[in-house]
Amino acid sequence: MDTPEINRRQRQKLGYTYTFLSDPKVEVIRRYDLLHHGAGPKGTDIARPAEFFIDSNGIIRWVNLTENIAVRARPEQVLEAFELTEQPASR
Amino acid sequence: MSTTGKKSWNWSLWIGFLFALAGFLSYTFFAQFPITRDFPWANLLFFAVGGILLVLGLFRAFGKPQVYRGKIFGAILATLGILMFAFFSYVFFYVLRQVPPSTGAPRVGQKAPEFTLSNQDGKEVSLSDLVGRSKAVALIFYRGFW
Repeated sequence: MDTPEINRRQRQKLGYTYTFLSDPKVEVIRRYDLLHHGAGPKGTDIARPAEFFIDSNGIIRWVNLTENIAVRARPEQVLEAFELTEQPASR
Repeated sequence: MSTTGKKSWNWSLWIGFLFALAGFLSYTFFAQFPITRDFPWANLLFFAVGGILLVLGLFRAFGKPQVYRGKIFGAILATLGILMFAFFSYVFFYVLRQVPPSTGAPRVGQKAPEFTLSNQDGKEVSLSDLVGRSKAVALIFYRGFW
């Protein structure tokens, strides 16, 4: 699990501007049921890849839980999810 | 290999092996593009071309041994090619699919569970802070910057 310091350096190096959060005790990963037990370096617990899109009311509007670690959400999928959050929730 | 001077170079074995090797080693490159990342088309194409050339080379080596070389190293290269293809397929189609089911993960329509974590500057940030100041939040769980 990357520390805030590693995140800061990587974020700078790659030129990202969004927030990087660090979950060293895998608490949030566990709460979201995304723990991939022993899959990290030296058998550490890490997160399985997952993407959520949350609207301005904190409601989840889109979830992507991949079945293959190599397959991740594509930018256009995330943009579609964003358009979804612009519309009022249907429930 | 003794007096093989008169025999032709069995190029198809070597080129076939190089194609198989390229298929085996090039996924990190093709993983940059979603179309070749989500399904390893490019790698499988390399393996397919490599396989055809290796088979062709073996037919030459064993069918016309008086003309072509490669009975021994052809068998070795073909075996290595098969092993690389098997290992690649095992990793891509089995190992990478060993993802936990995450049946308890938050679903669409639910409120995203609140949390507070340190950001890249060591400052505590809550999900509600991010939601409160944005139109929407993309929450991405990843593994070591990929």
